[in-house]
Amino acid sequence: MNMAIRVFLLVLIIFSSICPALCIYEDQVGHMDWHQQYIGKVKHAVFHTQKAARKRVIVSTEENVVASLDLRRGEIFWRHVLGPNDVIDAIDIALGKYVITLSSGGTILRSWNLPDGQMMWESILSGATPSNSLLSIPANLKIGKDDVVFVYGSGCLYAVASIDGEVIWKKELTSEGGNIQQLIYPDGTDIIYAVVLVGLAQFDAYQINVKTGELLKHSSMVFPAGFSGDLSFITSDIAVTLDTTGSVLVAVHFQGGAISFHQTHVSELDRDFSGAAVMLPTKLPGMFALEINKSIVFIKVTNEGKLEVVDTFGRSTAVTESLYLSEGQQAFGLVQQGDGEIILTVKRGDDWKSNLLQETIQMDYQRGIAHKVFVNTYARTDRSNGFRVLIVMEDHSLFLLQQGEIVWSREDGLASVTDVIASELPVEKDGVSVAKVEHNLFEWLKGHLLKLKGTLMIATPDDIAAIQKMRLQSSEKSKMTRDHNGFRKLLIVLTRAGKLFALHTGDGRIMWSLLLDSLRKSETCQNPRGLSLHQWQDPHHHVLDENPSVLVVGRCDHSTDSPGVLSIVDTYTGQERNRMGPAHSITRVIPLPFTDSVEQRLHLLLDVNLQARLYPRTTEALDIFLRELGNIYWYSADVDKGILKGHAVQKNCILEIADSYCFNTRDLWSIVLPSESEKIIATVTRDLNEAVHTQAKVTSDQEVMYKYISKNLLFLATVSPKAVGPTGSVTPEESWLVVYVIDTVTGRILHHMTHHGSQGPVQAVFSENWVVYHYFNLKAHRYEMSVIEIYDQSRLDNKDILKLLLGKHNLTSPITAYSRPEVITKSQSYFFTHSVKTLAVTSTAKGITSKQLLLGTIGDQVLALDKRFLDPRRTINPTQAEKEEGIIPLTDSLPIIPQSYVTHALKVEGLRGITTVPAKLESTTLVFAYGVDLFFTRLAPSRTYDSLTEDFSYALLLITIVGLVIAIFVTWVWSEKKELQEKWR
Amino acid sequence: MRTGYSSSLKFLFLSILLGNISLFISNSFAFQSDELLADDEEFGIEGGRSPDAAFPTRTVSSPPSIRKRSSDLGSDLDSKIQFPLEHAFGDSDFAPAGSFSARLKTWSHGGQTLTKLRFSRNGLSETEKENFKKLLEGDDFYRIRVPSNVLSPPGREYIISSVKARCLPRDGLDEHFMIHMEGVNILAVNYGSPGSCPYPRQFKIPAKWSFKSHTVLKNSEQAPRTPVFTEEVVGENAEGELPPPERSFWAKYWMYLIPLGLIVMNAITQAMNMAEEPGNGQPGAQTQQAVAGAQRGQTAAVRRR
Repeated sequence: MNMAIRVFLLVLIIFSSICPALCIYEDQVGHMDWHQQYIGKVKHAVFHTQKAARKRVIVSTEENVVASLDLRRGEIFWRHVLGPNDVIDAIDIALGKYVITLSSGGTILRSWNLPDGQMMWESILSGATPSNSLLSIPANLKIGKDDVVFVYGSGCLYAVASIDGEVIWKKELTSEGGNIQQLIYPDGTDIIYAVVLVGLAQFDAYQINVKTGELLKHSSMVFPAGFSGDLSFITSDIAVTLDTTGSVLVAVHFQGGAISFHQTHVSELDRDFSGAAVMLPTKLPGMFALEINKSIVFIKVTNEGKLEVVDTFGRSTAVTESLYLSEGQQAFGLVQQGDGEIILTVKRGDDWKSNLLQETIQMDYQRGIAHKVFVNTYARTDRSNGFRVLIVMEDHSLFLLQQGEIVWSREDGLASVTDVIASELPVEKDGVSVAKVEHNLFEWLKGHLLKLKGTLMIATPDDIAAIQKMRLQSSEKSKMTRDHNGFRKLLIVLTRAGKLFALHTGDGRIMWSLLLDSLRKSETCQNPRGLSLHQWQDPHHHVLDENPSVLVVGRCDHSTDSPGVLSIVDTYTGQERNRMGPAHSITRVIPLPFTDSVEQRLHLLLDVNLQARLYPRTTEALDIFLRELGNIYWYSADVDKGILKGHAVQKNCILEIADSYCFNTRDLWSIVLPSESEKIIATVTRDLNEAVHTQAKVTSDQEVMYKYISKNLLFLATVSPKAVGPTGSVTPEESWLVVYVIDTVTGRILHHMTHHGSQGPVQAVFSENWVVYHYFNLKAHRYEMSVIEIYDQSRLDNKDILKLLLGKHNLTSPITAYSRPEVITKSQSYFFTHSVKTLAVTSTAKGITSKQLLLGTIGDQVLALDKRFLDPRRTINPTQAEKEEGIIPLTDSLPIIPQSYVTHALKVEGLRGITTVPAKLESTTLVFAYGVDLFFTRLAPSRTYDSLTEDFSYALLLITIVGLVIAIFVTWVWSEKKELQEKWR
Repeated sequence: MRTGYSSSLKFLFLSILLGNISLFISNSFAFQSDELLADDEEFGIEGGRSPDAAFPTRTVSSPPSIRKRSSDLGSDLDSKIQFPLEHAFGDSDFAPAGSFSARLKTWSHGGQTLTKLRFSRNGLSETEKENFKKLLEGDDFYRIRVPSNVLSPPGREYIISSVKARCLPRDGLDEHFMIHMEGVNILAVNYGSPGSCPYPRQFKIPAKWSFKSHTVLKNSEQAPRTPVFTEEVVGENAEGELPPPERSFWAKYWMYLIPLGLIVMNAITQAMNMAEEPGNGQPGAQTQQAVAGAQRGQTAAVRRR
């Protein structure tokens, strides 16, 4: 036996030496998290291919990103995300080595170093009158020694030195902030022409001395019928536009300062013309494009000033700007939409009939139509001109086409995620084995031997690399079926382009994508956009053979009264099951806590007329709804008026066509905030799906506190009207922040508290019985976070164990909003260093695990902060008993522990939201942070107390057990032998 | 949305009811009840926007002394104001139901607050009783409203509040107002019964058609200030934390002690075995092979020889 004990001890020592994984080690990065970088929908692209070893394209996007992409593979060389209000107006390349960006309405000019993206200089070009902006970089123009960049913004024209951003001269052109149309600089002259439209009827042409900015000549002419908008420049002295009716073409000649208008009726060009034509923004040599009767008409301007229709294309045609070829000719590209393919044509500017290039490329239907095209030329091996084309599709994806093939593609629609919902993967069935058969036994053993070496720290660097590779490749995490721990899920994301993506949580790959037809631009729906995603059907009990589905809610325009669209999409297959609309407007979607027999969740959709409509439209759903009619309440907040209202369903609405699924609503309560002292800046409610494990909280002195847990609580924050502006715009005396906790069924104010000298923006998160919010304290000049916890006093007399045993307690008595709650609130505030973009809280399957707050910091990282730091019961010197309970001594500021950055060294650029999804394993929660980048990881706020770590070596355990068994046998045999010997002695 | 459950403990319900009745049994007026806000404004913080006040008083006798004290302080700017309460049955139009009267107190820093709120309710007319019965039968809402500004009613909009009519009847009709004020603006009125009102609400016609009203005024609280520690306190705090809690020897080293104990025990048993083996061998053999009989023992003896 002693031998066995010795072996046991040895094993014990080995086990105790294995470091339990408490936080992430360097080699674990990327093991259970993934990070994807995007740039967004490309607005402008400038190719940089001449004389460059690394061919690249500089792009600016609608997410305010300026990036340099590898033209060979589409990877990001460098990228900068400008602020959300710093919209990029134009980009260009100066001196062949600087990227110049003009942003914020032509007021900020920046220069970035082309190879590495470092900022070289920044100039603030302030002006009084807002106007559109323009950036122009003449090829060979020097003022003194400096190369110049011309910038028009805020009604002023600037000449800026491109080497250091110094303003050489500034000329105010209009005081009314006219919109500049074009800057024309004829090569080798000293004059620059600026063409400005003031208002919608006045055409101004300026001649300005390039060297000094002196105004040489100003001619102006009013066109009484008015222009409809943009001008198309045909040559350096002819521009074409439409009048306000959209039916007359106006050619403007402005040669030498004399302006003259020539009008041509559109019907002279197109006999079938009716309605209004639209000028398309094109820069083509000697011609322009009009959209007439849903088709695009190219019209050439002949030398005599006559207009001639050249060709007509379908509406979904995209045109590039013209491109100078080496021989001084110009070319441009055209992309037409075919059926599941796109047709790319490159034509010469002076010769419409012949094509330089015509290619047909297969393109997935889910990409939609081409929105933007950029063309670039290169010299082929046979010294002819080759063309490569960058295409931005309807779903915001980016493609590079060359030689009739897709060289690379980027899914940049994912940079504009608007909503996320998690969906389960299918269950692994017996017949369908998705998992690959494990290699052979030898490989399996070898793998485990490597892992063993890794754990015993005797692995060579090569081995470690092999282990790492094995980990990343382990098919376990990227399988297409549900796993035992619930780590594998699908993240269904809705993007601004109206496309749904299903991302696998294992490695972030796209399982399917669907461009929703209901969210595409159409006749009935001019400007559609997706609003939100809701779980429509989540089968888990008796209808397991049904696929889960999500409800996509959209709206046809920006205003709330525009018609809404609905789609139901199967999350396994990515097929659209059902589609409704455009129908009534949608202001709010309320998922009801009821499901029908196929587990379709009932939803109540509210419109602007305060009518509620029930979905799904089945009689079964209607029956369920009518049964629960009296227990359905909701609230609405009118932010502009400062009024909160509570509503309930009344009876069927009176419509022209009877609709039994439509209900009128009535107001039950209202809260009117005094408009002179309060303005709503934040409303936060609890997550309806949140699980709460226990209502009671046992304190250190054996007292029980009952959490006031209600799904109908609303956190409301208001500030004084003066304090709505940015931080620092008000004095502490005239700024205050008022917070409310309101029951939304009865309109009761449960808590009402004023923070004097504080200001927004307020970020808040509501969970269980507490709310945490973040704001700015003007008096202390610091950010603060506060916590409010709400406890139920009416249950306090349930402490008596005897009463509990005898059943004389009110724990099982129904909770009703109509009884007057006796609640007490506890509150505490702390300083916090960071400003916060977004706040979230971890959620686990049963709500047992302690919570962590997830803060999206201003540095686009996600910081996890234990809820224990935000506990209003913290005191400066907690008693021994309180310490044992886990109460941290009170400090005035919250700690930022560098190890608790969930995103470790990575950044989720342009962070907008954090979503947490509970895994099946109680200790673990899945975190998905989205912005321009996507980031996903798994978190265990109380460590994985309910599972072994993934790199746990089962082989080692097996070997140990086998060894132990052998040792037992050996020692048994030995002791038998010994005993025998003893006996024979 | 509201969740309601179907069972209630009558014991508790009754006790609450009894408590309510006993509290207000002295109320001689049928549908009039007075509520006063205790005058704690004297202790209000100068510069504070709105002093805390949440004092439901239910007696009529206390006011005189308080009033004296407040008049001593010379708040001449106080003026009396009234604002109406209106009610509606289900979706009917609002009709006057009573009125609140209060003193308006003007502060030196310009703020105005209400004190000494009194409420008098009109009696229910026959048609109103009929309407109320209909509400009880249909489990519908009884709604009330007050103006949002007491100086210039109705202010921007009316403050509406409502309750299921079945929640109100006890012995008479019990109602409870909690009025949240912000200066002279009413933010919200929490209206309901003083007790609980669990979901399958029982249909019950009140014995007396008169209201027992309780009113409470409530103002905003001040948020607790963020604690700012001076260096000293932090130092003390750190010092206080410095000596780590002393753990017992066993708590610290149990993981070494257990194996050590095992080894020692093992060694002892071994040593004992060694010591006893010479003497022990035979009896052990004997007991083991008692069945074998003496014959074997003899052979052993023979062999030993």
